[in-house]
Amino acid sequence: MAITTDHSRAVADGAHSHGVVPAGSRAERKTSFDLADIPVPTGREEEWRFSPVARLQPLFGEEHGAGGVLTTVVEAPEAKVEIVGKDDPRLGTTGKPGDRTAVTAWNAAAEATVVTLPAEAVATDVTSVRVEGATKDLTAQHLLVHAEHHAEGVVVIDHRGDATLNQTVEIVVDEGAHLTVVSVQDWADGAVHASSHRARIGRDAKLKHVVVTFGGDVVRLTPDATFTGEGGEVEMVGLYFADADQHQEHRLFVDHAVPRCKSRVTYKGALQGAGAHVVWVGDVLIQAEAEGTDTYELNRNLVLTDGARADSVPNLEIETGEIEGAGHASATGRFDDEQLFYLMARGIPEVDARRLVVRGFFAELIDEIGVPSVEERLLASIEAELEKSMSAITGVAE
Amino acid sequence: MPTLEIRDLHVSVETKEGAKPILRGVDLTINSGETHAIMGPNGSGKSTLASALAGHPKYTVTSGTVTLDGEDLLAMTVDERARAGLFLAMQYPVEVPGVSVANFLRTAKTAIDGEAPALRTWGKEVKGAMENLRIDSTFAERSVNEGFSGGEKKRHEILQMELFKPHFAILDETDSGLDVDALRVVSEGVNRAKSNTDVGVLLITHYTRILRYIKPDFVHVFVDGKIAEEGGPELAEQLEENGYDKYVGTGATMA
Ligand SMILES: Nc1ncnc2c1ncn2[C@@H]1O[C@H](COP(=O)(O)OP(=O)(O)OP(=O)(O)O)[C@@H](O)[C@H]1O
Ligand SMILES: [Mg+2]
Repeated sequence: MAITTDHSRAVADGAHSHGVVPAGSRAERKTSFDLADIPVPTGREEEWRFSPVARLQPLFGEEHGAGGVLTTVVEAPEAKVEIVGKDDPRLGTTGKPGDRTAVTAWNAAAEATVVTLPAEAVATDVTSVRVEGATKDLTAQHLLVHAEHHAEGVVVIDHRGDATLNQTVEIVVDEGAHLTVVSVQDWADGAVHASSHRARIGRDAKLKHVVVTFGGDVVRLTPDATFTGEGGEVEMVGLYFADADQHQEHRLFVDHAVPRCKSRVTYKGALQGAGAHVVWVGDVLIQAEAEGTDTYELNRNLVLTDGARADSVPNLEIETGEIEGAGHASATGRFDDEQLFYLMARGIPEVDARRLVVRGFFAELIDEIGVPSVEERLLASIEAELEKSMSAITGVAE
Repeated sequence: MPTLEIRDLHVSVETKEGAKPILRGVDLTINSGETHAIMGPNGSGKSTLASALAGHPKYTVTSGTVTLDGEDLLAMTVDERARAGLFLAMQYPVEVPGVSVANFLRTAKTAIDGEAPALRTWGKEVKGAMENLRIDSTFAERSVNEGFSGGEKKRHEILQMELFKPHFAILDETDSGLDVDALRVVSEGVNRAKSNTDVGVLLITHYTRILRYIKPDFVHVFVDGKIAEEGGPELAEQLEENGYDKYVGTGATMA
């Protein structure tokens, strides 16, 4: 028998909680490489119900170009970079597309950029994949990051500029490898970005998957992680900051298909401005054979101003009683005025006090990333975001 | 000599049902170096007085004046009041996740003094003050008040009083929740601040036990939103023995 829980404990006024979910088990969700199997969504489907489908419409079509982004890879000395055709047998091994943009991205991309960390290599530097928007023409892109057995390394995918990008990122972590993949969405205001991350984690392998989303008009990222060998571990960390009219959606799926694997999901976001909308959905499936699974997922949202909306839906399905641990937590809160009062009562001006509280909210998570260049960039981006809301505050005060 | 002067202060609290009057004409003058104890039954408005003086947004001053050193305290924002020399040790200090005690203390000190404290001396000063208050050095890296026990929170408040060197400190039930040893350690901290800086102290408490360590110059009985009687230290002893019955009128009994 399967036990399904699905609830969000949204505590703030203006935050939305969704206690009832119509869809069935995540295991029954249709996945396919074939366009015909996954039709254009209406917006009422479980996986699209929070999404602005009108703004994503172009990405549902079959026709995509390839020239809208410039991709530059600066690899670690130990890493190998190739451009391969879509018929390369290494592609498509991480699972099938699970929604319309994922299936159109898969079919539209003609080639793929492959970053390989060879077996037993320990990368001495970060490999950086810079994806820069060049035009707004709809573009499909396919990336594969492959850590061969017992390799270790960090790959940072960095999105900037303005683009309309439909992307697949495949991540393969072979036996005993330790891989960190960071995806930074630091787009310009108008960018539209859908991305299906599909990760396969082998025996005793470890993946740290980090998502950082700041910019863009619509960013919809769907990281899937599947374990293929015992003793695998995935840590999924996400951090986002949405401004007025931005839609940032992160839908995760962790598939515990084999015994004794561990997953930790921690996503935190801040929202400010009218029409800012963040969505977090965390599906975790513990299959009947996945004994000894240890999983925990957490999502927290900090609502800084009125008119911003956060949807948070953790969803844990457990098909075996023999688990190590399984839990989840979700909370959406407004900015705490008592914290503000406490800091101001110690002489700290309001702007600095707010900054301390928001930085504090993200602090733990930033420490967890473990890639110094990304951490610094992140702190700077948080500062820049806060600058916007602070000028709004000082504007009101005057 | 700096003076905190409260004149005919009326304060309401914002509730869902509208404004509810709590303070009904408080008159009190505190000179620097003086220690005033305020004692009164639960719900009489002691914390309201403390919060209103610090500028908590939930409390509205409906009439009266408060001056600090001749300046209009009520016209200042919360942070301006603190920088003008007012300090409130809260009855329920607030947790601030992700902000370390060390960072918090340095940020506040910088704001209050208008310049960053000298790096070399500040570290030593913080360390010494923490040792005096029996606060373990690991607390410097912990988040402000997060997971602190009741007693640890109170010691952290007094640590700030010692480091920030305010002209006037309001201590709202700093003694509650402290065992005998902690009470002594905290009281010593307050007394150190008194002798080092000539701070004026407004000490809110229910019990005389803290007054055995911190000697008040004046004792005020606070009932139903105002001061019902004033006297010297002997008044505290009387209150301990007889309670507040003689002050609590028919209309002021709690439900
Ligand atoms: N936010 C609020 N909403 C409604 N009533 C309030 C609020 N804050 C304070 N009060 C009321 O104001 C009165 C005074 O409260 P206050 O906390 O100042 O009392 P106190 O003297 O400090 O009590 P204690 O000794 O229990 O700390 C009480 O009746 C309390 O219920
Ligand atoms: Mg009180």
